[in-house]
Amino acid sequence: MTARNIAMSIDQVAVRFGGLVAISDMSFTVGEGEIVSLIGPNGAGKTTAFNVMTGFLTPSAGRVTYRDTALAGLKPHEIADLGLIRTFQRTSVFPNDTVYDNLLIGLHRQGRVRLLDAILGLPGARASERKLRQRASELLEWVGLERRAHDAAGSLSYGEQRLVGVALALAAEPSMLLLDEPVSGMNASETHRFVELIRSIRDRGITILLVEHDMPMVMTVSDRIVVLNYGRIIAEGIPDVIRNDPAVIEAYLGHGAGHA
Amino acid sequence: MKAITTILAVAALASVPLWLRDPYLLNALITTGIFIIGAMSLNLLLGFTGQLSLGHIAFFGIGAYVSALTSLGFDVGLPGGFRLVHTPWPPIIGFVLAILIAGLCGYFVGLLSFRVRGAYFVIVTISFAEVVRLVALNWVELTQGPLALTNIPPIALPLPVFGELTLRTKFHNYYLVLVVALIAYLLIARLVHSHFGRSMRGLMENETLAVSVGIDVTRTLTIAAVISAAIAGAAGSLYAHYIRIIDPEVFAFINTVTMVIMVITGGKGSLAGPVVGGLIFGLLPVALRPVMAPEAQWIAYGGVLIVILFVLPRGIVPSLALRLAGRRRRSPAPATLTETAAKEPA
Repeated sequence: MTARNIAMSIDQVAVRFGGLVAISDMSFTVGEGEIVSLIGPNGAGKTTAFNVMTGFLTPSAGRVTYRDTALAGLKPHEIADLGLIRTFQRTSVFPNDTVYDNLLIGLHRQGRVRLLDAILGLPGARASERKLRQRASELLEWVGLERRAHDAAGSLSYGEQRLVGVALALAAEPSMLLLDEPVSGMNASETHRFVELIRSIRDRGITILLVEHDMPMVMTVSDRIVVLNYGRIIAEGIPDVIRNDPAVIEAYLGHGAGHA
Repeated sequence: MKAITTILAVAALASVPLWLRDPYLLNALITTGIFIIGAMSLNLLLGFTGQLSLGHIAFFGIGAYVSALTSLGFDVGLPGGFRLVHTPWPPIIGFVLAILIAGLCGYFVGLLSFRVRGAYFVIVTISFAEVVRLVALNWVELTQGPLALTNIPPIALPLPVFGELTLRTKFHNYYLVLVVALIAYLLIARLVHSHFGRSMRGLMENETLAVSVGIDVTRTLTIAAVISAAIAGAAGSLYAHYIRIIDPEVFAFINTVTMVIMVITGGKGSLAGPVVGGLIFGLLPVALRPVMAPEAQWIAYGGVLIVILFVLPRGIVPSLALRLAGRRRRSPAPATLTETAAKEPA
């Protein structure tokens, strides 16, 4: 692995809910422009880790730093302003709006015009609105949902909703994207196309942290993999190392996944 | 198509005083119009952010009192032996102050309650309205308490050519209310279709996701509350200068409930909803009065309410729009039309 600047560092983060330890002691870093996957059995603490990194949860101990900014005490929307954007496992869309309008909502960070300008319909506000619509169309094309633009997002298949979720996150112009099980609910060919999409996102300089259960997909796309079990990191390394790590095979992959 | 409907509706409303000679009916239309403005402002919160203000009449009443006191003047003692003396100003300044001060109250109520939202907002707004009512009732030196503020002057418009036009007649006041209602309608329409409106919709549909793309919940909801309260304050001011007498009963809970009924039956989250709901429930009592005993009127009122909600649970305007459009999906509209449907058990 080549040396990269560190985008995000997680230092000795612990999360406890009363007596339950969701994450006991987690430290790892994600480099700029890297694709890192966080894997582990259900309940290992992956989504909890995501929630800590995006401000939805305050860690009991430890700190998360993104591009030299400590995230402690920042609200989720403030963290979004740093360029750290996430997707969600379940609620990934605004269900009653069209896919196109979903993206317009997602473009919130790009469309800040003075309210008065918008109400009066001043040229500045209208130009901004045109730009947003243009951008929304581009994003739709990027993720391949042009044909669904005017359907209610809630009426799409799960796989398509995942794509809308990713497009929404991209609309927020992330410098780092956290994807929470993006290919769950996708079939093989959709997953294949999604891997291409992830690569094209990375090619635009966006760092990616991925939580995913689909092992073949994780092994193909990741630069590096971090394995969590019972709230602790049990292994970390490039896909080939992880595939053959006895502790990981024991805890998660099972014997036979080595051929994946 | 939609623009034509709007223009026809406005033209029809504008023609009313030209052929309607009955002052009683014209009066009913004016007060209904004032309440429709209040209902539109309530709809901005309830229909477009999902926050129920059950003390919305407070902003209306504050607007009425601010406007009345500005144009009547007052002389009150303050703690420490000071006296605050205000000589009367023109009612039009009262109208502006009513908007500003009601908006400011909306800001504080929003700031207090939107950190937690939902039920908190409902309770804070109810309490706020009750506190304001008690102040109006007991600060006799300022508000005359139950004796009411009387002799409130009508609004006078400074016109360039004709000098000052005092809006004394029902004819004048009808058009004043219509113009203010139109401005409020356009303002809300612009707001809802702007980038800010999309933020509100995003928050209502999926708050977690909205926050994750950078939408500031507290800020968005507080701005909506300020604008909503300011419009309600404008309606209150119109009320004070038209009725020309106000007492603390203006803050009665039933007035908020009336606005909620107008919004829900007309269709929350639709721009025209409060207008349609407002016309029905503003004029229904007038229509029932000559044909029924007073007790029966309220029973009939409740009956109509139940029938509307039973037949058109999303409200009149969204339900009819959906039927007319034959399920054709359009970009700006469906967000809130389906909002109630989504909450119904599958």
